[in-house]
Parts: sequence; structure tokens; C-alpha cells
Amino acid sequence: MYHKEISNERKIYLKKQRRYKNAVTFFRVFIIISFIALWEIGGRLGLIDSFVLSQPSRILSVLADYKQNDLLLHIGTTLFETGVGFILGVVLGCFIAVLLWWSPFLSKVSEPYLVVLNSLPKIALGPVIIIWVGAGTRAIIFMALAISMIVTVLEMLNGFIGTDKELIKMLRTFGANRFQIFTKIVLPYNIETLFNSLKINIGLSLVGVIAGEFLVSKAGLGYLIVYGGQVFKMDLVMASVIILAAAAAILYELIVICQRFVLKCINHK
Amino acid sequence: MNEILKAQNLKICYQAVNGEVEAVHDVSFSVTEGEFISIVGPSGCGKSTLLSAIAGITPITSGKILLSGKEVSGVCGDIAYMLQKDNLLEWRSIRKNVLIGLEVRNLLTQENLAYADRLLKTYGLWEFRDKYPAQLSGGMRQRAALIRTLAVRPKLLLLDEAFSALDYQTRLTVTDDVYKILKKEKQTALIVTHDIPESISMSDRVIVLSKRPAVIRKIYTTVFDIPNRSPLLCRDHASFGEYFNQIWKELDVHVS
Repeated sequence: MYHKEISNERKIYLKKQRRYKNAVTFFRVFIIISFIALWEIGGRLGLIDSFVLSQPSRILSVLADYKQNDLLLHIGTTLFETGVGFILGVVLGCFIAVLLWWSPFLSKVSEPYLVVLNSLPKIALGPVIIIWVGAGTRAIIFMALAISMIVTVLEMLNGFIGTDKELIKMLRTFGANRFQIFTKIVLPYNIETLFNSLKINIGLSLVGVIAGEFLVSKAGLGYLIVYGGQVFKMDLVMASVIILAAAAAILYELIVICQRFVLKCINHK
Repeated sequence: MNEILKAQNLKICYQAVNGEVEAVHDVSFSVTEGEFISIVGPSGCGKSTLLSAIAGITPITSGKILLSGKEVSGVCGDIAYMLQKDNLLEWRSIRKNVLIGLEVRNLLTQENLAYADRLLKTYGLWEFRDKYPAQLSGGMRQRAALIRTLAVRPKLLLLDEAFSALDYQTRLTVTDDVYKILKKEKQTALIVTHDIPESISMSDRVIVLSKRPAVIRKIYTTVFDIPNRSPLLCRDHASFGEYFNQIWKELDVHVS
């Protein structure tokens, strides 16, 4: 039977690698635990004002009391609005990017408008959006859509334009039309670009939804943050922010898992 | 022998920001069935433009391209094109890569599928049909790219610097491999290369072009009295050096 001996140098190298990895993980955990511990101790000893800065144990009790605070309803509302805004933004953004790729003339014409729309803080359009589509969920979803769509258009269009010209030439030598070039080369070539765009957009959609909820809402984590701030319930504000951070991380991770799965199926490496 | 390709007084101009550029000027030549013809010329002289025009992806300004006596314009089903890189699609299996030309041309018939499979079997890629390009060596990838072009059963195969992306040693063996495959399949080929030894060893005639705008300087007929001729055997032949010197001088005179 073949037995592979590991040399001493290799063992030392692997040990060093493992040590480095463990050190990184240790310090990551150490920083967060120290931060929480110092925060809690500072609050208990009266070194910091728990009324203004809240306290981990008080945040935990808010989270534990999720039924009384209707936390699930607020989380559900924010996730629903984010999901709808995100999907609409991605679908519409991809559709516009395809149109612009299809017609280089249209792409050239729209270039300055896209640049301006991308630089414009979409939150500034909040009051206008409320007047246009009405106060409520629709306005919030529209805000998320407005933020994520332009980024999708720019990201995907750049990806489509950057597709390896030689691959396109190869297909053209067989007489391929534009539709075949798109479906057989441009689209599969840009799957990674699409996922990169999704990763950026999920965070941007959350920004749009929270900004929308700040302006006009009766439920959602953004509403909870504004409400908590108005009635000086900082525990509620902090708990909402923590839930928001966790939601953002989970949504991002879901896309990463999805990307890994799709790329594994496509690349077969 | 039947005449497969006839290029008549081809002139190719393209518009650039600084003005009109004439890439090819009054080029005429013909290719007969089963013949291998190489086109050599100084860098940037318009060799690849000429090949693109024959493939139908670059428009010609004037002149005619006749394929089996019929004038062609645009991409024609009887011509296949092999480019510098193998351009295999990494997300497709080798078999699916080989079938892409048939797919694009809507020719996925049982007969054509069987023909593509036969090519895969004959040229040692059948066991790799479900593998992906990243799992193949450079030589095998190039062979898969060749089978992709042969699968559409072209009357004329165009090779545009098809081996220049390979390292020198792989290039020698792949050239030999491709030559034997093409001869076995009785394929007619027009090859563009900047490599003089490659042009001599692979072809029956070598067309030497001038610098831009390209005109034909001279056409050399390469004859090697070797049974079962192959590029590697040609390189050992006594006449090889003589052909090389003649073509080199023709290019050199022109380049300087």
C-alpha cells in the first residue's frame, strides 16, 4: 500500500498555518466577547449610561421578549420588503443591462444618465417616491428597487461588454446570431458577475428598505429603530440594529452558498 | 482536382478614426480540394483580415470570394474557422463544446451527432467527452477545438495562427497531430501563420504577402518526396532549409 511520509519541514509548515488560522479566529472572538463584556460591566458599574447606550443584558431581554415587542412581525416585514425590492431590482436591472448590451447605440446614449443616477443618493428621492407611489409598503419597496437596480445595470452591463471577444468571434464563425451569442456565451460567462452584483445588492436593498421605513412605515426594523429613538427605548433600538446586522449577514451568506453551488455545477472543477 | 476556394481581386478597407486603412489590395488565389495553403507575411500586414473576410465576418470592399464556384458573402456553412486560442467554453463538457457549431447552425441531427462522436473516438477524446476543458492538456484542448470545427463538415477549414498560443514543444507535436487528422479527413485548409517553418512543413503552397496593404509577393509550391508526409518529417528534409531561406529572403526584402 502506498504510504505518504510527511517531512518535518512540512509538519512545521502545516503547524504554523494552523496556528495562524487559530490566532485569527481567537482574536475575532476575543474582540467581540471583550467588547460585550466591557459594555455590560461598564453599564452595571455605572461607568456608562445604560439609558443612552443600552446594555447587552437589556438587549437580550428585549430579544427574549420578542412576542411582546412584535419582533417577528417587524423582522418579517423588513425581510419581505427587502426580498421583493431585491428581486425586482435584480430582474429589472438585468433586463435593462441586456437591452443596453443588445444595442450599443442605446448604451452610449444612456451612459451619462446612468453615471448621474448611480452617483445620486437615492434616499434624497424618498419624499418624491412617497408622492408618486403613495405612502406605505410600495414606497419602501420602490426605494429598495431604485437603489439596487442602477448598480445591477452597471455591474451586469460591464460584465456583458467585458466578455472574451475571442469566444464571441468563435461563435460568430459558425454564423451565430446575437441571441445565440448571448445565451451560449455572454450569459454563462457572466454568472460570477451576476453573483457579485447580488452580493452588493442585498446590502443595498436593506439600506433602501430601512431608509424607506424611516420615512414612512407602520412596521419593520426601520420603524422600530425610529420608534425606539423617539420614545428613548435604546434597548429596542440596539436590539433592532443587531437583528438587522444578523439579517444582512445571513442574506449575504445565503447568496454565497447559492453562488458556490451554481459555480460548482457550472465549472465542474 | 476541384477548385474549392477562389479569391478574385480582393480589396479590404476599414474605417479608422484617423482615416481609411487599406488592409488588403487586389489579392487573388485559389485553393483546390484537399490542398493545404499557408499565408505568411510581416506582422500586421492583413493576413488575419484576409482570413476573416473569407470566413465572412469581415466585409470585403471589392472583389469576389467563390466557394465551389458560388459567390459567397457573410458567414457560410461550408467554411469553418479555427482561431489562435482553443476558445473552449469552460462551462461545457468536451462533447458539448464539440457540438456547439452544429447547435448554432441547427444541425443536431442523428447523423451529425454520430459523425461528431466518430471524430471524438478516432482522435482519442471519447473517454474525455464528459470532462471539462480545464481537465484537459493544451494539446487535447486544441484537438477538441479542431474536432469542433470538423463536426460541421466544412468544405474549407481556416486556421488563424491556430497553434501560436502553445509552447514550442507542444506546438510541434500538435501541428503534426492536426496535420494528420486533416489529411485523414481529406480536409482542405487555408492557414495563416507568422511561423515560416510551420507554413513550409504544413502546406502544399505558401503565399507570401507584402506589408500593408497586403499584396501577394510570391507563391511557393513546397514539394517533399516523403511517403506519408508529416510536418515533423518535412522539417528533417534537405529541401526544408532551402524553402525557408527563399521565403525568409522574400519577407526580409519586404520587411526592410
